[in-house]
Amino acid sequence: MGRYFAIRIGRAALTIVLVVTFAFVVLRLSGDPALMILGPEAPPEVLAAFRKAWGLDDPIWFQYLDYFGAIAKGELGRSMRDGRPAIELVLERIPATLALTLPAFAFKVALGIPAGIYAALHRGSGIDRAVMMTAVAGFTVPSFVLALLLVLVFAVQLGWLPSGGQDSWRHAILPIVTLSLGGAAVLARFTRSAMLEVLGQPYIRTASAKGVPWRKVVTSHALPNAAIPTVTILGFMVGTLIAGAVVVESVFAWPGVGRLLVVAVANRDLAVVQCILLLVAMTMVTSNLVVDFLYGFLDPRLRAKGAHA
Amino acid sequence: MNSPLVEVSSISRSYSMRSGMFGRSTAVHAVDGVSLMIPRGETLGLVGESGSGKSTTGRIVLGLEPPDSGEVRFDGKPMATLATPAWRAQRARMQMIFQDPLGALDRRLPVAAQIREPLDIHGLGTPPEREDRVRELLRAVELSPAHGGRYPGALSGGQRQRIVLARALATKPDFLVCDEPVSALDVSIQAQVVNLLSDLQAQLGLTLLFISHDLRVVRQISNVVAVMYLGRIVEIGGADDLFARPEHPYTQALVSASPAPGRRSAGRIVLAGDPPNPAARPQGCAFHPRCPGAIARCATETPILSAVGSNRQVACHLVTGPQAETRDAA
Amino acid sequence: MPLVSIRDLSVAFNGVPVLRGVALSLQKGEALGLVGESGSGKSVTWLAALGLLPRHAKISGSVLLDGREILAAPASELDHVRGGRVAMIFQDPASALNPVLSIRKQLCEALALHRDLTGDAVKAEARRLLDLVGIPDAARRLSAYPHEFSGGQVQRIMIAMALAGNPDLLIADEPTTALDATIQAQILELLSSIRRETGMAMVLISHDLGVVAENCDRVAVMYAGRIVEEAPAHQLFADPVHPYAQGLIGALPPLDGPRRRLTAIPGTVPDPASMPDGCAFAPRCELAAEPCRLATPTLAPIADDRSVACIRAEASRRALLGIAAE
Repeated sequence: MGRYFAIRIGRAALTIVLVVTFAFVVLRLSGDPALMILGPEAPPEVLAAFRKAWGLDDPIWFQYLDYFGAIAKGELGRSMRDGRPAIELVLERIPATLALTLPAFAFKVALGIPAGIYAALHRGSGIDRAVMMTAVAGFTVPSFVLALLLVLVFAVQLGWLPSGGQDSWRHAILPIVTLSLGGAAVLARFTRSAMLEVLGQPYIRTASAKGVPWRKVVTSHALPNAAIPTVTILGFMVGTLIAGAVVVESVFAWPGVGRLLVVAVANRDLAVVQCILLLVAMTMVTSNLVVDFLYGFLDPRLRAKGAHA
Repeated sequence: MNSPLVEVSSISRSYSMRSGMFGRSTAVHAVDGVSLMIPRGETLGLVGESGSGKSTTGRIVLGLEPPDSGEVRFDGKPMATLATPAWRAQRARMQMIFQDPLGALDRRLPVAAQIREPLDIHGLGTPPEREDRVRELLRAVELSPAHGGRYPGALSGGQRQRIVLARALATKPDFLVCDEPVSALDVSIQAQVVNLLSDLQAQLGLTLLFISHDLRVVRQISNVVAVMYLGRIVEIGGADDLFARPEHPYTQALVSASPAPGRRSAGRIVLAGDPPNPAARPQGCAFHPRCPGAIARCATETPILSAVGSNRQVACHLVTGPQAETRDAA
Repeated sequence: MPLVSIRDLSVAFNGVPVLRGVALSLQKGEALGLVGESGSGKSVTWLAALGLLPRHAKISGSVLLDGREILAAPASELDHVRGGRVAMIFQDPASALNPVLSIRKQLCEALALHRDLTGDAVKAEARRLLDLVGIPDAARRLSAYPHEFSGGQVQRIMIAMALAGNPDLLIADEPTTALDATIQAQILELLSSIRRETGMAMVLISHDLGVVAENCDRVAVMYAGRIVEEAPAHQLFADPVHPYAQGLIGALPPLDGPRRRLTAIPGTVPDPASMPDGCAFAPRCELAAEPCRLATPTLAPIADDRSVACIRAEASRRALLGIAAE
């Protein structure tokens, strides 16, 4: 079991290194931060001084190694824009993002999973069809379209809710709804198909044949099996808690990590972008680890394999 | 007796298998020193339970897998190296049919195109000649040309197995390996295919290696039958005689376990223990933990296949050892 | 009164009939074999009787258990019948047990449902059942999961689970088809020793005539959703009357005696969506005459304990005995 996780953790670390490297390469190749931040009119000596101050005149491989050396020591660099530590800038935005993504996650689960289970149990019924049509609409409509639609209806037409900003809890409603609907739709479809797959298995018939009441067949025989694939998609959703709201935060002018990322990319503010990517990669990788661990907990077949190691 | 078309001399094949994701790997002896000889135009039946190595033997004989040691000779010559022109020429003379015809056919192609495929691959005949040959093959397996235009999904299980058979016969092979060819079919359809196979064998002079767990079907079609247990042949002999007077305790149990209408279960030999596991092969005679008559020697010394009478070989200390003589004397 | 009596049981899926009026009865303690090819309706008969078919199946007819109608019974009553009065085991043992629940959980669940046992008594009974079906080291193996057992052992566990409710009837649906020959012999032996001890009745569903012949008192042969012949086992195999039953027996290669060419039944089973008129077997039947294609023959008694659904039964019998029809 220990070795199983050692290998998983090693792989996770490699993923993070690759993500950061990728970000470094793309951002360095796509424009000069000095020009972006100081503007093309800036005098050459100012630009040179800026480059020297941030180490931008060093060879690229040196900058790369330097950057990794710093990360290893826990230094994530400073924002080129205002000189504050990048990590500080990012951390102060996290609560705002979580204020949207955590409730949205809760809604996705509370809405998507029961809807999927219900649809599977009443396959072919009117409610099943309605749930599935809503689900298809929910994940084919891009979130910015949905966001604009909601703004149009609830802010512009009805005037019930504000269209943007972060002044009260009412401002959070539309962004949270936008985030929840798409995710709930994906989750509903996924849960439904996982459940249908399980309900068709011979052991479900065995349970009915030994006289287990249908309600209990569903709760104690079908659900534990259907949970295994569903956990995968949940893990993916947890992984997007930090940076899954880029579009929505932009549309609703919500000052979270997503907005910070958009602004930092536009400005080639390398330290900030890399810091966010590192954080995103780490949440993704951590949630994957948790999923792997949960698999072992949910599925005795995997547990047994781990125990041999 | 005819000269042998296929000669297999003490082939062995082992795989390394891991227990669990990171467990130690252990060598699994799938086939262990198997020798066989199939005369031209005859059928050798290979029976055994899952894990006995009968399918692996079939694959090695066909050259789909190389043996770790030992040799397969086809028509007097050793098997050519995989994927060489000589191998292709040899392969056109030997074909294989499996248990699952649907898995062996491409669902998106009409079956006539699939029967034709080996002719295209081996460049046999002109296109019109190939068309004629396809019609001839369909007739040979008792299907109409109209069946050729259908897709595998539109045919019944028995018809699909006929298509697979027609395709296998397209290159006019001398030798056919049949691995559980009728096991997935209903009894009445099974009889159709078994009869067809016998007829075609007689017409075309085919030599068959017929692998199955079903003793009845094997007896029906075979001249000689070999019984395998955990990678080794434990008994081999003429089909009728072997099933009428099985010598090896395992063959006796198999014959006794095969239910027959008109016989009640009284007197059936029921073997204790689990089915054999190739990854945990017992010492000595692999069958001894389940053998009702095992003696001390069976746990330590592997019995060798030895002649018993004129037309039978058995690998069992009880049959060929000194105990057997005293038993006979008593 | 018979233990189970089925009358005119019909099942259709999406308008396609798969069971077309089945009549069967079963006495207490009797072993009935049900043979026929795939799609003949042998399993569907019992799945329908126990309410185990998917909801979209259209079911009609009557199934009496001890004289009480169970076909349209409320779910609560059916749950008492299933596993309690009538237990069922299936073909593919590997997928018939829930992979994420321990054997103890699955066994104790059945015990809790049908027996007034609590606490330690449940566990003790679970151990006893595993012992009974021949799982060694039962106490320890109870906490194992299905994937840790071989196919034969899983089928033993299924049998233990089926016995948990002390049923009066066990439906064994192809219980040994997925198993090797020597393991099949073990399982059949186990079933018959349990029946000797408990007096439980059994329905053995199988495509294997030999298995049915050796383990049953009476056999019913099914074809295309109907019973075409019913007889005591030894009589059916010695003297089959229905041409289909004759065909099935003739298609079975003998294991001893002289080899003969197999008498294969020509053609294939009819598509349930386009059944021929009259007798469903007529298109494949060598004895079929014009009247066979007009009306479906009914199952009619030809002796005290035998019935056949064939208007050519007499001719068929003569053909079998080698008497030329006049």
